[in-house]
Amino acid sequence: MPQASQIPDAESVLAALAERMRPAVAFDAAFVGIYSGGAWIADRLAKMIPGEHPVGYIDVSFYRDDFARSGLKSGAKRSELPFDVEGATIILVDDVLYTGRSVRAAVNELFDYGRPARIELAVLVDRGGRELPVEATYCGARLAVARSLSLVLAKDGEHLKFGVENAAEA
Amino acid sequence: MKIEIANGRLVDPAAGIDRVTSLYIAAAKVAAIGKPPEGWNASRIIDARGLVVAPGLIDVSARLREPGFEYKATLESEMQAAIAGGVTSLACPPDTDPPLDEPGLVEMLKHRARLLNQAHVYPIGALTVQLKGEELTEMGELAEAGCVAFSHADMPLVDTQVLLRAMQYASTFGYRVWLRPNDTHLGRGGVAHDGEVATRLGLPGIPSTAETVAIMTILALVRDTGVRVHLCRLSTADGVALVRAAKKEGLPVSCDVAIHHLHLCDVDIGWFDGNARLVPPLRTVRDRAALRAGVADGTIDLICSDHAPVDDDGKLVPFGEAEPGATGLELLLPLTLKWAAEEKVALPVALAKITCEPAKLLGVAAGDLRVGSSADICIFNPEQYWTVERNALKSQGKNTPFLGMELPGKVRCTLVGGHVVHEA
Amino acid sequence: MRNPQLTSNGELTHLLTLEGLPAPVITHILDTATPFVGIAEREVKKVPLLRGKAVFNLFFENSTRTRTTFEIAAKRLSADVINLNIGASSTTKGETLLDTVDNLVAMDADIFVVRHAQSGAPHLIAAHLNAHGRSHVHVVNAGDGRHSHPTQGLLDLYTIRHYKKEFHNLTVAIVGDVLHSRVARSLIHGLTTLGAPEVRVVGPKTLLPEKVESLGVRVFHDMREGVKGADVIVMLRLQNERMKGALLPSAGEYFKHYGLTPEKLALAKPDVIVMHPGPMNRGVEIDSAVADGDRAVILPQVTFGIAVRMAVMSIIAGN
Repeated sequence: MPQASQIPDAESVLAALAERMRPAVAFDAAFVGIYSGGAWIADRLAKMIPGEHPVGYIDVSFYRDDFARSGLKSGAKRSELPFDVEGATIILVDDVLYTGRSVRAAVNELFDYGRPARIELAVLVDRGGRELPVEATYCGARLAVARSLSLVLAKDGEHLKFGVENAAEA
Repeated sequence: MKIEIANGRLVDPAAGIDRVTSLYIAAAKVAAIGKPPEGWNASRIIDARGLVVAPGLIDVSARLREPGFEYKATLESEMQAAIAGGVTSLACPPDTDPPLDEPGLVEMLKHRARLLNQAHVYPIGALTVQLKGEELTEMGELAEAGCVAFSHADMPLVDTQVLLRAMQYASTFGYRVWLRPNDTHLGRGGVAHDGEVATRLGLPGIPSTAETVAIMTILALVRDTGVRVHLCRLSTADGVALVRAAKKEGLPVSCDVAIHHLHLCDVDIGWFDGNARLVPPLRTVRDRAALRAGVADGTIDLICSDHAPVDDDGKLVPFGEAEPGATGLELLLPLTLKWAAEEKVALPVALAKITCEPAKLLGVAAGDLRVGSSADICIFNPEQYWTVERNALKSQGKNTPFLGMELPGKVRCTLVGGHVVHEA
Repeated sequence: MRNPQLTSNGELTHLLTLEGLPAPVITHILDTATPFVGIAEREVKKVPLLRGKAVFNLFFENSTRTRTTFEIAAKRLSADVINLNIGASSTTKGETLLDTVDNLVAMDADIFVVRHAQSGAPHLIAAHLNAHGRSHVHVVNAGDGRHSHPTQGLLDLYTIRHYKKEFHNLTVAIVGDVLHSRVARSLIHGLTTLGAPEVRVVGPKTLLPEKVESLGVRVFHDMREGVKGADVIVMLRLQNERMKGALLPSAGEYFKHYGLTPEKLALAKPDVIVMHPGPMNRGVEIDSAVADGDRAVILPQVTFGIAVRMAVMSIIAGN
């Protein structure tokens, strides 16, 4: 596995992800991005992958499992799902797959909107370190990142790029 | 018993003494000052170096809660509190249960107090039967039983004609009437001073006019009847001005202030501290300044504690439901010293307000240490600070807005009638 | 004296009053309420934030409306809700307020929502909990005497922000019985904290508290002057007792001078919004034409109220 000393180029990883998704994704699958990185990527994927793909955004602040320890984080946004979740095929989109807890929260939240027919997961980068049994259906790149570091996606105009920060205290 | 109090700073405001000297006690009286009497042989020598030797304090308003309110405090606990505070004489208001409107009750109270052999107790008799404000009490009988004056405590006396008759009757026999100036209707429903703080905290207010309207009514009736009136617990700047003018006019009026109102104002309610629920209410900074000025220029004759022990159940409730009052016998001296230091009042002048002036009001031979006076003495260290804590107070009432504060003035020894009744 | 509502790191642990709350704390609550408004539009109107927590509604003063909105808010956070109507007097059962609280803490209460007729009752409870080391138990004031109704103040602020976007250039007129109104006091504190430059109180002298200007408001006795150019008009409810207490002669005369009619409304800005904490007395404070008109935002206030209460409970339960 390549080391994090080589920060990947987000745009090329995105292109690789779209390449993998194009032949496999349902024509009418909805793309639901987890704020904020996943939301940006969902928007881009909807333009890059042919088909009728409604785009939604999901905020997992109210479904996180660390409320008792860390309280409510500020900056919670409104989730917006402009399509009927009941019976839908949904591709959950996130920028970095790490412990798997955000995905667990997002799946729980989706089920409070209705019963989807199926949920798949698309991520730009899988950095390992899973704490829950969650795997990406589509993955742009695999990368090992030290526990002390955080891989963060940023948007510069329309251009996406990765950065590395010190991980926040637990 | 012969006791020598050696080398203390003797401060006797009435006699105009303020110097380091020794005091010689024999046969319950002050036998000599400065030089021992012939053949002096002390059974005990109290080393008073660095301490102030003053007449025992006289508190004109201290509720002992007996009879009737023993769950709040008892005679035993409050008399202990008195001598721990250096108070050797006190007057108690008639709002006991039953009120002190019958000679039998007064005699029993005096008897119980005498048995304890601590401070002298001077009951104030009720002005009307049951303090209901309708019928006059037998003031003659009550005076004979030991009442030194008559008052209506904090109960309303709404019927001005009854008030007039009570004053006329009292003045016939030369009795003094003590009244707390409060117009029942203007203050109705209020729990705090009607001003900025009450508005912000959403507390129903008692306007200053509740006091001033009552003072004006009382003064008009004094003019009419010539009765000697003592106004209890002034709280407003306007009230002080009215009394100043009345004294200038020559009316037989005196007044006092509770020590809390010289220190605190309505802001000290803070976040609804039930210990700051007092009657009269704590008013504004401007009122406090006027009260201080009134004490300084003699408009306000004396300071008292207005001691009112209240149990926890009465205070640990929402502000508007709290029972008003603060425990004060043990804080009278320290708070007087603190006020004196802040206003740069000389010690003898300050002590006069809690010794000889109260004695004059009560009409008793006390409050001074001349040769031949009763040996009621308070020996204290004015430089020693102590923290006001629940377990530091002897009173059963721990209700004070000064909880947690460090105050100056520790009573080291209290004597009543030449006997040491308290030592620390 | 430290603000009893905040922890030592400045986070909200009780909501007792809006006075003394830093602007960022108030703004954080309003920002958090926004996503909660969206929950109401979903199929499953619940999030699991307060799952396993117990919210006790301790109402010493009756109020079905307020109690119901708190109950809905708590249930939407997946909390367990227990309602205790203790009636007018806390001592009818002979138990003191604090004894009642202690017993309920022993039953694992996490949040107390308290309404009481006496100003300062929630402060007393919060101080008692703090003094006895029960920092995991939180108090929300649902209205204490005339003092404070902070969640109402917050939902009023949310409503104003929803329609007007910003506070920095607003003229707000609060009309009616300010003397007895905890809603008015809370809103005044919120508006002055968030920087509304002109907050007016309008009413007869008998219904305005002593030294009310000290709260940072301008006083008007003439309603036409008071609502002129206003961006927001808040009408307060007039209670019948005011006539009995010699504060007002009649509802009719009150309506003539202080009721909001279309004619007086026209003196405000054209895009003015009209608010009322409810329940409304039509023909006393407010003309039906105005209450049902397009300037009134009284019904949206209710929706926002649930979201704001959800925000408050989520924030304090996590601190």
